[in-house]
Amino acid sequence: MPADLAETTAAEIADFVRAGATTALAETEAALARIEKLNPGLNAFTDVTAERARDRARTIDADRAAGKPPGPLAGVPFAVKNLFDIAGLATRAGSKINRARPPAERDAALIERLEAAGAVLVGALNMGEYAYDFTGENVHDGASRNPHDTARMTGGSSGGSGGAVAGRLVPLALGSDTNGSIRVPASFCGIFGLKPTYGRLTRAGTFPFVASLDHLGPFARSVRDLALAYDAMQGPDPEDPACADRPPEPTLPALERGAYGLRMAVAGGYFRKGLFPEARDAVARVAQALGARHAVELPEAQRARAAAYVITASEGASLHLDRLRQRPNDFDPAVRDRLIAGAMIPASLVVRAQKFRRWYRAQVLRLFETVDIILAPATPCTAPRIGQETFRLDGIEMPLRPNIGIYTQPISFIGLPVVAVPIRLAPMPIGVQVIAAPWREDLALRVARSLEQAGVAAAPKP
Amino acid sequence: MATQDPLEDPLDDLITAAAAALALPVDPAWRPAVRAHREVTLRFARSVEEFALPDESEPAPVFRA
Repeated sequence: MPADLAETTAAEIADFVRAGATTALAETEAALARIEKLNPGLNAFTDVTAERARDRARTIDADRAAGKPPGPLAGVPFAVKNLFDIAGLATRAGSKINRARPPAERDAALIERLEAAGAVLVGALNMGEYAYDFTGENVHDGASRNPHDTARMTGGSSGGSGGAVAGRLVPLALGSDTNGSIRVPASFCGIFGLKPTYGRLTRAGTFPFVASLDHLGPFARSVRDLALAYDAMQGPDPEDPACADRPPEPTLPALERGAYGLRMAVAGGYFRKGLFPEARDAVARVAQALGARHAVELPEAQRARAAAYVITASEGASLHLDRLRQRPNDFDPAVRDRLIAGAMIPASLVVRAQKFRRWYRAQVLRLFETVDIILAPATPCTAPRIGQETFRLDGIEMPLRPNIGIYTQPISFIGLPVVAVPIRLAPMPIGVQVIAAPWREDLALRVARSLEQAGVAAAPKP
Repeated sequence: MATQDPLEDPLDDLITAAAAALALPVDPAWRPAVRAHREVTLRFARSVEEFALPDESEPAPVFRA
């Protein structure tokens, strides 16, 4: 057993539980104790499901004692962004309004799949209201705080997921990513995050935002943990119409195969503009480690970002139309005003954005005929201060919030799989996107693992 | 021929008309923010619209019966 229990990875916990070196209950109690001690400073958790977790852990331990094989995530405590249904809780999705919903009758599909693999749910995590956020701030529950500097943002909208994993409260968390909400907090908090291919992981039992663009995925402090969780969650699900009818394609067996032989490129043009020196430095470090010497241009990336913005505003507004009419004063005003503006976009322009999306996808897929991996910054800067509204770039004062996701939006717009890898910079870490062709999460994870092994990517201790 | 009064902003007219058509409340205090967001969204939408696509282009989501 490692000396520092908080540093234990999910894979190690599962190994120890399987070997009988610890129990699921002991690991659950340790996670609950860390949450009790550290959460007041981080505000990552909005609900702690302690009794449920203890019951689940006791069942796992009893099953093991009875000779049943423990799953690949045996005894691993995990938590989920509070837009995932948890049986018995109202799914608040970061809002005040949703708290009046009836309690969920069953868990979200991905919680069921992780628990079927032996993991133990310990609670729900803070998030930006209705996931329309890149900061991790929340007017109803308070901002989630960055474990590396609690005066700074976690990034959003999966802010609590970033804070809980980076802060060592849990080794594994789930979040959602519509325009960057996994990759941004992974970058600001200095942890690994996987946004799989659009349609890979079922979204059944989660509160939606933008059906065309919503993805779910895991956060962890090691690539192996990402792969373990991701493999356990794959597979079709008729409950989510967007979930692909593909059998699971496990990534763990080839995880250690390394990056050798893969064709690497750095995203040029749009992805080299508007970023701080630290973001540029992080991409350069990763490119050098991987021997990525040439650049590729994602054509019309800026327009892709614009189209993602339009689809998001329009579909988001459509989802919330009744709530905007009935309870406009119960929204975060910043979210409400964006949604109202989104409701007024002519349908003809939204359809154009969806047509452009297909064009852009075809162009980018062509790039993957000559490269396997594309590297890009995850965020233009390290975590800003909570409440910060602007940043200075090249001497020009710019609005911060709309610019946090400029490098993530053109990628999720066409559903490409991405592993955000953390680069240890002082004083704050920053992420780099390792992007692969659709359905090639295995390659992105292999490259992330090779960066981790080389010491280039690591989740630094707060 | 009717001409647009330069003091009247067509975007404000659009917000008023769209809010009425959708039965959306827009408190006067929210209006500047709604207007600013609408302006950004329309600018982005126009930048997409300006990109020429063939008539045969299909939207990205495909419904399968």
